[in-house]
Amino acid sequence: MKTSERIIPDRLQSPIQRYLKSWETLLLAVAVAIFMANSFASPYFLNAWNLSDATFNFTEKAMIAFAMALLIISGEIDLSVASMIALASTAMGAAVQAGFGTPVLILVGLGTGVICGAFNGILVTRMGLPSIVVTIGTMSLFRGISYIVLGDQAYRGYPSDFTFFGQGYIWWVISFEFVLFLIIAIIYGVILHKTNFGRAIFAIGNNPTGALFSGIRVQRVKFILFLLTGFMSGIAAICLTSRLGSTRPSIAFGWELEIITMVVLGGVNILGGSGSIPGVVIAAFVMGLVTFGLGLLNVPGIVMSIVIGTLLIGVIAMPRIWKMVRSN
Amino acid sequence: MNSSLKHWFNMQQELTRKAKYMLKRLVTSREALLMLIILVLIGLVAIRFPRFITLSNLAGVFNDTSPLILLAIGQMIVILTKCIDLSVAANLALTGMVVAMINVAAPGVPVVVIIIVAVGLGAVMGAFNGLLVWKLDIPPIVVTLGTMTIFRGIVFLISNGKWVNSHEMTQAFKAFPRYELLGLPMMSWTAIIAVIIFFIVMTRTTLGRSFYAVGGNPHAATYAGINVGRSQFWAFTISGALAGLTGYLWVSRYAVAYVNVAGGFELDVVAACVIGGISIAGGIGSVGGALLGALFLGVIKNALPVINVSPFWQLAISGSAIIIAVALNARSNRNHGRIILKSAENTQ
Repeated sequence: MKTSERIIPDRLQSPIQRYLKSWETLLLAVAVAIFMANSFASPYFLNAWNLSDATFNFTEKAMIAFAMALLIISGEIDLSVASMIALASTAMGAAVQAGFGTPVLILVGLGTGVICGAFNGILVTRMGLPSIVVTIGTMSLFRGISYIVLGDQAYRGYPSDFTFFGQGYIWWVISFEFVLFLIIAIIYGVILHKTNFGRAIFAIGNNPTGALFSGIRVQRVKFILFLLTGFMSGIAAICLTSRLGSTRPSIAFGWELEIITMVVLGGVNILGGSGSIPGVVIAAFVMGLVTFGLGLLNVPGIVMSIVIGTLLIGVIAMPRIWKMVRSN
Repeated sequence: MNSSLKHWFNMQQELTRKAKYMLKRLVTSREALLMLIILVLIGLVAIRFPRFITLSNLAGVFNDTSPLILLAIGQMIVILTKCIDLSVAANLALTGMVVAMINVAAPGVPVVVIIIVAVGLGAVMGAFNGLLVWKLDIPPIVVTLGTMTIFRGIVFLISNGKWVNSHEMTQAFKAFPRYELLGLPMMSWTAIIAVIIFFIVMTRTTLGRSFYAVGGNPHAATYAGINVGRSQFWAFTISGALAGLTGYLWVSRYAVAYVNVAGGFELDVVAACVIGGISIAGGIGSVGGALLGALFLGVIKNALPVINVSPFWQLAISGSAIIIAVALNARSNRNHGRIILKSAENTQ
């Protein structure tokens, strides 16, 4: 990569200035603008049930995005998350066929996620392989196992109490998934920003060697992050399977790219070392709102992906272009 | 007399040592190992199904793998410069759709012009990636993740989601990749010519060497007067041009163009590179490696139905192949040269 210059300012900005100039504020402004544009564009947008439905567009992806954010901040990446969902969902489907009830299904889903995460983690931290290649491999491997098991078939017949995770509501329009998303966001926010473990993640992302010499067990932290990502994929698999009520091997296809887009849009440096959970939360809302708003306007999904792609490049390019213009 | 005999004897010894060394390097090289694995694979398939090793069938496998070979060469150059290009499959789909629509709108346009348009359009898209990486310094994975969805979306926009079907295309448009020369279709010849050209470019030109230099050590490359960003820009442009060319070949060979042409193919391309021993950290890799990596995947893909294994196994097998390949590569790259200072990562 290129040499990165760190300029240490003579005078620190005031906290208010810093907040106003932060990535999260910019993103929040984008989110508000999209929200307003949507409410003008479609009369159906400002409807509590519609908005509640809209949250399903991003809650499952965002759950994984939090773990992915930590992983990317530490300088690694996991492209196999969507395939882990497929494998966990397949395992749950197989458990249903074997006649197990909801509690076992949940254990199977989470367990599969954790095992897959551990597999990635061992390959990366024990064998020292680059995570991007390892997870491109496991991405094919995990989904491949689903295809071997299922072929062109599907698992159905999930028990009725299992539907709660993806279709249940806690209160009025507030869905179980949305509450889970908020709780997970808070947990990850605390982990990353308020604990030693979180500081260790930033330290590793900025300088792994320096982190090691400061007494941080670099490989162990990275291994735990891979485990966490697998675990979150398990949770997402439970929610998604419950919501769809069936498992096909193509379930959650292409999600890894949307999740990474979410993380990067949230201001996490793809090269590691910086990022925040509030940023990822806002990015999740931005992506959910864009998808939902365009959906209300009958814009096909593939055109939405143009918007998301442009958003991804545009939001990252803007500050850089701005800096270039100002320095000239 | 005695001394000259001794001299002659020494020289002989020296020569044998050199020959042995060269042979050892050749035999233990990653390419040779991969070649051996592919041959063993073909042999195993032949035990179950002897007709697999007929010349015409092997030529068919090569022809089937040609698009992957073309894209893998471009991807290899990009990966050499420490970048990655995830937009190749979308680039292929967009170029394919554009040339198919040109063919429908103006059936009189000769194939040569179509090919030039395809290569040019692909190169422009690649250059767009390259400019974002070079001038705005945005990480390549972010750039190409974005352009991947954008290009794919544009295919939908220009086609309105409609297919361009076989009967709408002209005969000349469809005939080119199938046109046989010396027993091989043009599709295969394109891949062979690309392999030869890029073998020369990578080993005999300053541009080729600069790709290795940029990936091997960007700082040293900068001090040696190589513009790192511009080399990366050219890598992306080459990758885009090859993707554009493949776009025409793909659409004309399968005689259909639609939005999801080659969906997810970018990962096969990266997989071919990884299996071919191209280091994702940049600086290590060869055209031969990319060729063999692509052939490995191509042989597996073509062999599975022949030996009565469900095609659903293919994904898991290529996934395992990637993991095994990267583990083997990491092992063989270790302990090159003398360790002066142990890196802190390995000491814990």
